[in-house]
Amino acid sequence: MIDATGRPQSVLVLGGSSEIAQAIVDLLVAARCRTVVLAGRPGPRLDEAVDRARAAGAQTVESVPFDATAVDGHVAFADSVFDRFGDIDLVIVAAGVLSHQPDDEEDPVLVADVLATNFTGPASAMLAVCRRLRRQGHGKFVVLSSVAGDRARRANFIYGSSKSGLDAFAQGLSSSLVGSGVGVLIVRPGFVVGRMTEGMTPAPFATTPDAVAKAVVRAIGSQALVIYVPPVLRWVFAAMRQLPEALWRRMPA
Amino acid sequence: MPPDRLTASIGRAGGRGLAPPASAAGRRSVLTGWGRTAPSAADVLHAIHPDVVTAAMSVAGERNGPGRRGLIARGLGRSYGDAAQNAGGSVLDATWLDGVHQVDLERGLATVGAGISFETLMARFIPLGWFVPVTPGTRQITVGGAVAADVHGKNHHVDGSFCSHVREIDLMCPTGPVTVSAESDRDLFWATAGGMGLTGVITGATVQMIPIESSYMLVDTERVPDLDSVMDAMRSGDAAYRYSVAWIDCQTTGRHLGRSVLTRGDHARLEDLPDRLRTPQARARSFMPRTIAGIPIAAPGGLLNPVTVGLFNEFWFRKAPAKETGRPHTLAGFFHPLDIVTDWNRLYGPRGFLQYQFVVPDAEGETVRTIIERLAEVKVASFLAVLKRFGPSDPGPLSFPIPGWTLALDLPVGYPDLDRLLDGLDELVIGAGGRVYLAKDSRLSRSAFRAMYPRVDEFLELRARVDPEGLLRSDLGRRLGLCDDPPPAARTGQERPRGRPAKTAGVNKATGARKAAGVNKATGAKKAAGATKATGKKAPRSGTAGGSGAPKSEARPPDPGGPTSRDRRRP
Ligand SMILES: NC(=O)c1ccc[n+]([C@@H]2O[C@H](COP(=O)([O-])OP(=O)(O)OC[C@H]3O[C@@H](n4cnc5c(N)ncnc54)[C@H](OP(=O)(O)O)[C@@H]3O)[C@@H](O)[C@H]2O)c1
Repeated sequence: MIDATGRPQSVLVLGGSSEIAQAIVDLLVAARCRTVVLAGRPGPRLDEAVDRARAAGAQTVESVPFDATAVDGHVAFADSVFDRFGDIDLVIVAAGVLSHQPDDEEDPVLVADVLATNFTGPASAMLAVCRRLRRQGHGKFVVLSSVAGDRARRANFIYGSSKSGLDAFAQGLSSSLVGSGVGVLIVRPGFVVGRMTEGMTPAPFATTPDAVAKAVVRAIGSQALVIYVPPVLRWVFAAMRQLPEALWRRMPA
Repeated sequence: MPPDRLTASIGRAGGRGLAPPASAAGRRSVLTGWGRTAPSAADVLHAIHPDVVTAAMSVAGERNGPGRRGLIARGLGRSYGDAAQNAGGSVLDATWLDGVHQVDLERGLATVGAGISFETLMARFIPLGWFVPVTPGTRQITVGGAVAADVHGKNHHVDGSFCSHVREIDLMCPTGPVTVSAESDRDLFWATAGGMGLTGVITGATVQMIPIESSYMLVDTERVPDLDSVMDAMRSGDAAYRYSVAWIDCQTTGRHLGRSVLTRGDHARLEDLPDRLRTPQARARSFMPRTIAGIPIAAPGGLLNPVTVGLFNEFWFRKAPAKETGRPHTLAGFFHPLDIVTDWNRLYGPRGFLQYQFVVPDAEGETVRTIIERLAEVKVASFLAVLKRFGPSDPGPLSFPIPGWTLALDLPVGYPDLDRLLDGLDELVIGAGGRVYLAKDSRLSRSAFRAMYPRVDEFLELRARVDPEGLLRSDLGRRLGLCDDPPPAARTGQERPRGRPAKTAGVNKATGARKAAGVNKATGAKKAAGATKATGKKAPRSGTAGGSGAPKSEARPPDPGGPTSRDRRRP
């Protein structure tokens, strides 16, 4: 159960090796989360995430194979997780790729891949998990969206549109979940310095996985639907959305 | 929507509320406790009769494996946390069991449905010269809830907690209905007292009321400048008063840390009252509590911040007389000052609030100071805190009171790092040999809970006996590990040989035998005597339970806790 101060006892991560998700899990385990289920593509990165959660002191840490794009298996995946681990209080949707846009623009198949990893796949997985959350009558999704979805930019509109899609999906899902005991928290970080953005020059208001984690953990118990990290980006992007197109498309990468 | 409204609206207006109990599916609703935190959804069912409880029990029993979500009873939703919630399962709205079944006006015995509120009890019994033996700070609670939380009042140092005034409890266990008293089945009775509804659905109780001459209190009030003085005054003076409580301002620091308003009193006899209150007798025993305001549902957060709360605390302190003796107060004004504002919990805004109530032994009074200091330090907007002294404890393994000091603090949940602050207080409380009150709790960890309630295994053992399949479940139980899968039976089964080696078998047989005799006699007698009584009228294996119940009990593995009461009842 998620307690009154917003602390869950069990967590499922879709995209278990995500750097941001790992930072969140660290804080959750420190706040007495006992069961950590890391779903992701098997490999050394996932194994490292398992070790890290164990080192943090969680009682049960397991990895479960999960591919966001393999939508056919999502229902069976969700059922097996809930049957095996019982109630899941928190589901972190972290799977995502930030690809190299110039390549994508050349290759329609790559575009579809990005959308499948960032939007359609997670959407399908969320629906599969949602059936079980509804049944258990409580729980919360944490959806890692991005400010990139607030307004698609010339330089990364493929990633941006995938996040727009996921974000809109999560908003609608949240409305549909009213009365079910299940909640949704959408997280829109700005530029997060880390593995995903390695080699890129940080954008203004850049943040870190730890800062995102802190903000998420603080918001779990609240009724907030959308948070920005850092919070100032809410106002920055409210303004950005008003910029005339002629100006906006000149925004630097 | 707050829980009370919610159940009221579904209950009285809802279309499915009166559907045949056999199809008891209930209606999915989101519930929270009084603190309005940690919502979860459950199928709310209207327990219009104990038969509905039986039916719900067998429906819950049909689901097996991890899909089993169980059921829990709910009264007026005044537990602050998640005690009366059951995510994904059933919640029985017990406020429908609100009858007065039997009254003995000579001795002040009242046999009532578990759903009757203290307010109704007062309205009906005060004019007849009887008062509830124990009342918490609100009268918007049910008798069932009072038993399940073993509630205490301002008279704990003299009268103990509620269940020491309860003669019998009508309890619907998954193993069958029983009417249990401290004599007929001591273990079950005292596990139910404070058992948070996890030993069975309480459908009724016989309560020993206390005689009163009037509906007024004679109250002494004094302002006390600091914590030491108030604790001294209570330590030395409380014995002279039946009721005693101190309202503490937790925001003042330094010399005036813990300045308080101490109010103590007793029921007024007729001769104590001025003429205008004494005659006619109807006036002397009138009970007409008022509510003067309500808080709208959309009250914004942040109304109660350190500034407004500081102003209020200042006002409260100054409005109290420096010293005043023997002033008549109304019962409602003395016992339930907050009830004049309905839905005052909404003042804390959408994020809600929690109450931290702990008790520490007498010798650990310093812990109270340390905790008040910590709160004053971080400037969390803590509304008036309530300090009381407890007398001897009840025998229940989960009953809260132990002799000593208890302090209750309301805290807004939005305060940053409140979780860690309270974890720190837990450590202090555990270090002092104290505990927090489950009826108020919404955030305790499993390990802290075990440290505070070392007899929890006793409780789980009892649960394994009366609820071997783990049908009774609540969010609080899930959080604290009181209704884990696999059911507690397995766990206690492992521990039993270690805990009580040779005696085990004997003990179980003894209780079994005692219980079989006692229970049957008790229910038998009651059935014969109280033909009008609704509860317990149905045979233990009612028609509704038959179909699904029988195969279920055959499929059950041999029960380590001895024969269940349902089995026992078989001729
Ligand atoms: N970093 C940022 O600047 C930033 C900003 C805003 C939002 N976000 C979002 O935050 C989330 C987490 O990002 P991060 O910074 O933690 O980056 P990260 O460490 O690269 O995490 C991305 C995760 O997605 C997983 N993944 C990729 N494709 C997958 C697939 N087909 N199936 C299952 N899992 C797949 C990766 O698993 P593998 O280990 O198997 O590759 C990895 O665990 C992402 O959704 C990202 O879009 C990031």
